[in-house]
Amino acid sequence: MKSFRGFVIKEFFHIFRDYRTLLILFGMPVIQLVLFGYAVRNEIQDINIAFVDSTNDHVTRQIKERIRASSYFNVIGQLPSERDIREAFQRGLIKEAVVFEPGFASRLAHDGVADIRIVTDATDPNTAKSMQAYTASIIAHYQRDHLGSTALRIVTESRMRFNPELKSVNLFVPGLIALILMLVCALMTSITITREKELGTMEVLLVSPLKPIHIIVGKVLPYFVLSFVNVVTILVLARLVFDVPVRGSVPLLLAECLLFILCALSLGILISSRSNSQQTATMVSLAGLLLPTVILSGFIFPISSMPVALQLFTHIVPAKWFLIIIRDIMLKGIGIEYFWKETLVLAGMTLILMTASARSFKTRLE
Amino acid sequence: MKIIEAQRLTRKFGDFVAVDAISFNVEAGEILGFLGANGAGKTTAIKMLTGLLSPTSGDATVAGFDVYSQPEKIKKSIGYMSQRFSLYEDLTVAENIRFYGGIYGLSARQISTRRDDLLERLDLGHARDDRIRSLPLGWRQKLAFSVALLHEPRIVFLDEPTGGVDPITRRQFWDMIYETAARGITVFVTTHYMDEAEYCDRISIMVDGRIEAIGQPADLKKSFDVASVDELFVRLARPVQA
Repeated sequence: MKSFRGFVIKEFFHIFRDYRTLLILFGMPVIQLVLFGYAVRNEIQDINIAFVDSTNDHVTRQIKERIRASSYFNVIGQLPSERDIREAFQRGLIKEAVVFEPGFASRLAHDGVADIRIVTDATDPNTAKSMQAYTASIIAHYQRDHLGSTALRIVTESRMRFNPELKSVNLFVPGLIALILMLVCALMTSITITREKELGTMEVLLVSPLKPIHIIVGKVLPYFVLSFVNVVTILVLARLVFDVPVRGSVPLLLAECLLFILCALSLGILISSRSNSQQTATMVSLAGLLLPTVILSGFIFPISSMPVALQLFTHIVPAKWFLIIIRDIMLKGIGIEYFWKETLVLAGMTLILMTASARSFKTRLE
Repeated sequence: MKIIEAQRLTRKFGDFVAVDAISFNVEAGEILGFLGANGAGKTTAIKMLTGLLSPTSGDATVAGFDVYSQPEKIKKSIGYMSQRFSLYEDLTVAENIRFYGGIYGLSARQISTRRDDLLERLDLGHARDDRIRSLPLGWRQKLAFSVALLHEPRIVFLDEPTGGVDPITRRQFWDMIYETAARGITVFVTTHYMDEAEYCDRISIMVDGRIEAIGQPADLKKSFDVASVDELFVRLARPVQA
């Protein structure tokens, strides 16, 4: 036990004396959080917009005033005709144009129907979709307030639950936790173990009376502790800087994070037992773990809109299950009775990976 | 007294016979040069003797312990150093000593007395708190050797300990090996330098998983009628290399 303690102390020396390791461990989570929190946003703001309105009557003026008043849009002015929209898009002056049909108010009064066309620059389809939805909603509101009694129309209204302001940072923080844990646990442990192989010190450790299990546990224990510190840091930062809530139970959230940490550590050990150089370990971790965690976990791209084959594949990505769980806890504030199945899947994966990595490490010795 | 006894020791990997029924003894305090071309089976043989690998058949005892049933006891009685010096570059001299002493279960007091002895003997007292990275290669190598002896093993296995080292340092290193053997510690050393083989009490030459020759360098040269160990090695190992 004493020799084991010495081993763990040595491991901490390695970490605290290598500024690159430190940077990845402590700098990256903060940088990523700030990047995702401030720079990568799905919500729209100050979108440049122009109107095409040949009549300029009292109804169109009111609608335009409503759009002008919202913080989403920044009204550039009027365009003489619909034909000018294309050029304005091309020159980057506006991202959206709202076209009122000629004689808008009188048509509405006589026929009960009038057309508004929303034209968006869809080079960035996600933003375009949001702009369109925002505009449609403003018009729908106007309609309800002013014409509700006279015009018999069904007004559809969509409401965003759990994230009413559509704050993307709420969505990113859980994904970010998954990403950082994968990076710290899987990548860093696989690197630190293969580094000993490269240096030749692994041979000496194996020839020593230390048991292989002590070597493995001794190598991953520091990363286990540090990644837990990371989770807490991200949660606190997200709370203080971006006001991201934890609506459910905090102990439950931390317990689920520990489970995911174990899963990622096992993956790291598995990778390192199969590769003999740090370079291979890095490549395998990046391509085999980080990419799926970013792309196939539902972190950025919704799984439901993927092709069926890819959807099936996401079942073996641990981060997918973890994301469902922590979004449930953080944003929906519900308890384990709603996601015990996902927890079970994650626990099963962890068990399988642990067994596989232990076995793989043993066979390497023979 | 025999410190290593091997009887028809064999290791197979599937159909491939890496070590083919080798038998030999090593006396306590002896320097045995373990020679052979790459792939001749030296590494596999060493792994079996150090308790890392279980033999397929045959018997062997190391320091009186059986390789099948007592590998943990063997590990406590042996020291090991490889070509790559096996010290952590980002730890200081004292930290490396403490770490290796610790994993062999030495007490804090044992570690500190042996550390001070060792640093004085190597004249490295001033470098106690320097990182290994900042030490010249020759010093690192001597230090690694001394650290491998820290727990006072009865046998020390040196796997190509002088690879990539200049001739003067090599010579000094061999002086250390002699001192160690004089203290009664058995030295089991592999090397590709044939002049070093001449320094050994006895040498064994492995070819294709078998020991083709074993004995004192002078006797072997006489019986094979060659002028040097180098010539002997080339003659025995050539069929494999072709």
